[in-house]
Amino acid sequence: MQAAGEPGAAPARALPGERGAGWRALWTIRGPLSQRSYWILAAIGLLVPLLAWTLLTSLGTISKVFLPGPLDVLVRLGTWWNEDDLAGDIGISVYRVVAGWALSALIALPLGLYIGTYRSVQALLEPLTDFIRYMPAVAFIPLVMLWIGIDERSKVAIIFIGTFFQMVLMVAEDVRRVPLAQIEAAQTMGATRGEILEKVILASAKPALLDTLRITMGWAWTYLVVAELVAANSGLGYAIIKAQRFLQTDKIFAGILLIGALGLAIDQGFRLLHRLAFPWLHARGGP
Amino acid sequence: MAATARGRALVECRGVGKVFGGGSRGDGQRIIALQDVDLAVADGEFVTIVGASGCGKSTLLRAIGGLERHSAGAILVDGAAVNGPGVDRAMVFQNYSLYPWLTVTENIRFTRQLAAHTRERTTASVEAALGRSDALLQLMGLVHVAHAHPNQLSGGMQQRVAIARALMSRPRILLMDEPFGALDAQTREVMHDLILHVSELEHSTVIFVTHDVEEAIYLGRRVVLMAPRPGRIDSIHEVPLPRHRTQDMKQSAQFLELRRKILARIRETAGMKTDLELLQKLSGQAQAG
Repeated sequence: MQAAGEPGAAPARALPGERGAGWRALWTIRGPLSQRSYWILAAIGLLVPLLAWTLLTSLGTISKVFLPGPLDVLVRLGTWWNEDDLAGDIGISVYRVVAGWALSALIALPLGLYIGTYRSVQALLEPLTDFIRYMPAVAFIPLVMLWIGIDERSKVAIIFIGTFFQMVLMVAEDVRRVPLAQIEAAQTMGATRGEILEKVILASAKPALLDTLRITMGWAWTYLVVAELVAANSGLGYAIIKAQRFLQTDKIFAGILLIGALGLAIDQGFRLLHRLAFPWLHARGGP
Repeated sequence: MAATARGRALVECRGVGKVFGGGSRGDGQRIIALQDVDLAVADGEFVTIVGASGCGKSTLLRAIGGLERHSAGAILVDGAAVNGPGVDRAMVFQNYSLYPWLTVTENIRFTRQLAAHTRERTTASVEAALGRSDALLQLMGLVHVAHAHPNQLSGGMQQRVAIARALMSRPRILLMDEPFGALDAQTREVMHDLILHVSELEHSTVIFVTHDVEEAIYLGRRVVLMAPRPGRIDSIHEVPLPRHRTQDMKQSAQFLELRRKILARIRETAGMKTDLELLQKLSGQAQAG
């Protein structure tokens, strides 16, 4: 099968990474890509927007209030760290998100396990959970202030509300995906219900559950700013809100980028944990 | 308890029926998966169940294993009614039943984690169990993959692990639900001789479900032929071959004759004649003669 193309030596299916492989290697559907090509493209994907941003702002035609340059953001990060207790802001924000997420996990894991295992529990709890899931966490702020107050617990509560209902349903889904044959094999081996729940269902779902925890942690992060709307006086979200009032766009940028970077770091941490905890999943090939 | 030609029956099905579906308002689809099934399997016997799709062979096996509740009749194992799964009836599934987070050895020793098997935790019993798992690894040719995980093994190796795991606690009855269905022909042949060898050594009673007629005749002492709509036992065939099987028996006259007979019966009961007529119509050829 001869594909029409450049005259010359390039074969129809060149190996990626090979000199002259070029265009075709990049556009083979589901085709592999050499490590080198991947990193080159990834670097381009990150650097080009950064360069565009730098160029655009260095032209001097756009007001710094509208679009600060990367250097302005960096400078702001520096003063924030040195004068404005950035470390403290990061610390308190991380605490709030992790606490809300951890509280969610503490309840969602066992609850989701039961919902995913027993149809009766599913029938009882899933419709309610499904419904509450669509209620926006932001709208709960006045209720939370009324019921819990304005201390740390209220911020953790908002993060909890934003995270818990999604987490329960995802955990239930992970549990339901455990192959029936694994469960039935244990039944024919004489396992009790409790043993099946613990040694088969939970054990089998663990990789998926860790992934669910990673993904919901990402969602919990996005509720940080919402949570810190509740009469906060510290934290990254609070700083962004305050900066908005003073039109310190560079600080807004700094805050948002920092939240993104922290979230990414945590995500990578989870992925590493997944590789360490479940080596058998990530290593293929013979014994 | 019913007696078979070879003595007391270990597994007895009397008038077993199973109905699926059929809502309380009667608007659901009611499927009669099993109707009036009578079967007796002797202690130590290797029985195969064969039949077209929908004949209920898997349902019957699962009912004996306690994974399905039969709607009518009685299923007795050693005189006691079957009331759910139990350690006396181990099952080997077609696939996806091994535990991927455990190594081969840990999979085989899984029953050691269950209370039903570890009532007495003496040093002797633990040693005996470990010894048995080592023996099973040897028997099933798994020693070189003892510490591998199932996802690193081929389909044939995985089924060997599944069989070893089922045999670990010396079940009285081994129920096998098309265990070699996902394997290629060469691997299947090797597994046939392996399971025959193993079941002889272990003196297991085996009930083996398959859709492959050759497999059913080669492995079984008796072949139970089931028919669909409604699921029922059509006939039971004694296999006129010596108990110790060899691959060349597949070419013997008795083997081929029994195979022809069973295949013909399957075609009749599954209504496949109609399909052939339709095929001829589609290809536009007039039937000769």
